[in-house]
Amino acid sequence: MDAALARAWLEETARVVAAERDRLTALDAAIGDADHGTNLDRGFSEVRRAMTGSSPGELLVSAGSALIRKVGGASGPLYGSAFRSLGKALDAERDVTLEAFAAAFEAAVSAVERLGRAAEGDKTMVDALRPAARALARAVRDGLEPREALDQAARAAEEGAKATIPLTARKGRASYLGERSAGHEDPGAVSAALIVRALHTVATRW
Amino acid sequence: MVGLVLVSHSPGLAAEAVALARSIAGAQVPLAAAGGADDGGLGTSVDRIAAAIAAVDQGDGVLLIPDLGSSVLTARLLAEPGKVVLADVPFVEGAIAAAVTAGCGASLEEVLAAAQESRTFRKA
Repeated sequence: MDAALARAWLEETARVVAAERDRLTALDAAIGDADHGTNLDRGFSEVRRAMTGSSPGELLVSAGSALIRKVGGASGPLYGSAFRSLGKALDAERDVTLEAFAAAFEAAVSAVERLGRAAEGDKTMVDALRPAARALARAVRDGLEPREALDQAARAAEEGAKATIPLTARKGRASYLGERSAGHEDPGAVSAALIVRALHTVATRW
Repeated sequence: MVGLVLVSHSPGLAAEAVALARSIAGAQVPLAAAGGADDGGLGTSVDRIAAAIAAVDQGDGVLLIPDLGSSVLTARLLAEPGKVVLADVPFVEGAIAAAVTAGCGASLEEVLAAAQESRTFRKA
């Protein structure tokens, strides 16, 4: 991954989040406070404006800071920490290998788990991110090409998001609903899967 | 004196909780509200919280008292061990206990302990 690819990933994420804004908000209306789509759209619009840097790491750190400042809901600090941790782990490297990216992605998911005190099965974005990190690590071990590895990571995230449907939320706003949160896909897990898929979409030349 | 920042999704709730704590603990306690998103609507603003921390920081430490959700997550991001500490306490009761204790010139640890004690206040 070079700076151009990191930029393209953030641009594509902003585009997809804007396109899926109403669906994310509708999912959040079922079990939360109906602002996930609008909050993320505001956050990634700011990322588009504010991202800066000459390496993937710098760009991703600046994106994380923009999300923390602008999102205004719980996903701001969570995705913000994720992108900042991802960027910090990549350091100033200008040409990031898939192996280094997978290790940084692992650090980013751990940062989300730590900040949100959430684990898999709590019906949160971790239910998409943790399987994606696992799939990415496995793909690196198996020596897959970046695009195939990212497809597997995105698939794992999408399956993880789908698997939140029967779960009862244990973290986040939906946890106030208790068992009534079951039967709905978690909006944070859905947006996390969109972000991972966005990277696969643009990673045609890694 | 230890500073206190009340972080709420609602600008009104944060401001009124500060007014209530101040009326009980006294006007000398450094207390600031960080309520709502940047646009003044419901939500959390990292800039508002950072500004509130700066406003109440007298060098003796700052206690952050969040209500829920993104208030808690954003407060966790701004915590600095030994300097800016998050209190896992009931919003109103914790704020008042912390403000009264801070007003007596207590240390950051003592103010945090007083806020935590408010968890055991029974109402029935």
